[in-house]
Amino acid sequence: MKAFGKNVGFGWRVLLTLVALPAILLPATACFQGAERSLVLTTTTSTYDSGLLDHIIPPFEEEHNAHVRVISVGTGQALAIAARGDADVVLVHAPSLELQFVEDGNGVRRTYVMYNDFVVLGPSDDPAQASGLSNGAEAFRRIAESGAKFASRGDESGTHVKEKEMWSEAGVESVESQDWYLSLGQGMGGTLTTANELGAYTLTDRGTFLARKELNLVIVAEGDERLFNPYHVIMVNPDKYIQVQSELAGVFIRFLISPDTQQRIADFRRDEFGLSLFNPVHLEETP
Amino acid sequence: MEEIASGIWQALKLIGSLDPEVRRIALFSLQVSGLALLLAAGVAIPYGIWLAFSRFPGRRVLIGLTYSGMAFPTVVVGLIVFLLLSQQGPFGILGWLFTPWAIIVAQFIIAFPVIASLTMSAILAINPGMRLQLRSLGATRTQATLALLGEARVSMVIALAAAFGRVVTEVGAVIIVGGNIAGNTRVLTTAIVLETRKGEFAAAIALGLILLLISFTINIIATRLQGRALAR
Repeated sequence: MKAFGKNVGFGWRVLLTLVALPAILLPATACFQGAERSLVLTTTTSTYDSGLLDHIIPPFEEEHNAHVRVISVGTGQALAIAARGDADVVLVHAPSLELQFVEDGNGVRRTYVMYNDFVVLGPSDDPAQASGLSNGAEAFRRIAESGAKFASRGDESGTHVKEKEMWSEAGVESVESQDWYLSLGQGMGGTLTTANELGAYTLTDRGTFLARKELNLVIVAEGDERLFNPYHVIMVNPDKYIQVQSELAGVFIRFLISPDTQQRIADFRRDEFGLSLFNPVHLEETP
Repeated sequence: MEEIASGIWQALKLIGSLDPEVRRIALFSLQVSGLALLLAAGVAIPYGIWLAFSRFPGRRVLIGLTYSGMAFPTVVVGLIVFLLLSQQGPFGILGWLFTPWAIIVAQFIIAFPVIASLTMSAILAINPGMRLQLRSLGATRTQATLALLGEARVSMVIALAAAFGRVVTEVGAVIIVGGNIAGNTRVLTTAIVLETRKGEFAAAIALGLILLLISFTINIIATRLQGRALAR
């Protein structure tokens, strides 16, 4: 009985060290100290997972002694969170959803920041014979006709919204019910991984694709103006939600379109890939 | 296979070099889950004891509900906590959504039924005659209760270990209510999700190994204690 009591004592001590001690120290750590101002930014996986935001935000945080809390989800979820007043500013890429968001009175000061483009990816053996096309809708039509697998984000993200537009441009109806159509409900990264494993076609923004060097997928169609991918920043309407950090959010929007930041966007991983993953729109073109 | 091997090798290098970000995330996971566990234990253990000892109409229903709480899908807990803490929800005024507090609330709710049920069943499992025996030997009501609790304490440590293992490995709820914000609400599990999504498998494996280490350690302690208790 005595020895047994001792062992319990040991267990308690280990549990205490592992659990209680760090827990007690927790409130002292930085994340609980709300002294500095903070801004909640909901954004798409493409801007965050590629590393772009980590590349451009630090100067803002230093200059304004503010912390930008980035929540990277699909465009649909990013706007949904913001529409509940749970974010201060959004950076997304689905113009139709954005306009609806503004029209519903949820957002103000929608500002164009940068663009890149979508590309259609597929396995290198290209069973749908869609490669080399510059007509995106034609590529989608051939994929549908061939019955080759297509991996969709399926998450109301900007990419998913664009994909649905392309199916309708291609005149393909009710893709969701086709057995070759895989609605994954995942982020861009997860969708690329899945498409890669299954040898499926998919639609992605060029930036996320370039950042993933290990993929076996190749670009089958690109350059269609309908595959254009603009990113806008929108402030959550402070008249609707009083807790919105409107002043700081306004500063953040100006920061994103400032020449310095725009240059940083243009330079982001350009040496690595030989081209910009995201193209700024407020930068004077060099003649 | 090569990918896994090189991933593990790079992961070990990351851990070996004590990468500050990896270390910070691991420590933060322990802190958040530890605090959630302490708070949950503070309420769930007394509740479990009360449920075991008390006699009142509806007690069976309450016991049933407490047990079923262990089967409550954690991702639904996440959804409910999100809606409650959202600016549109009843507790939006607290401003806890997408902060560590939101994670603690979700993990508290997940840990509570585990600790309460295991505490209760530990006490109920002790020979029901024991309390009566102690009373007849002249122990007061309080003394008899304390003696029973003494008997059940190993099981309570095991209950805490089980609950900790559950919350520290939780993903769905934590990513919904915490938002996986770098340096703020990113814990081991959500960091693994992010690194996998980014295709950074070495970093994901490194974080995964640390998480395994934590949950194994907790489990080994629990199993050892259980072994001693049974061998008694």
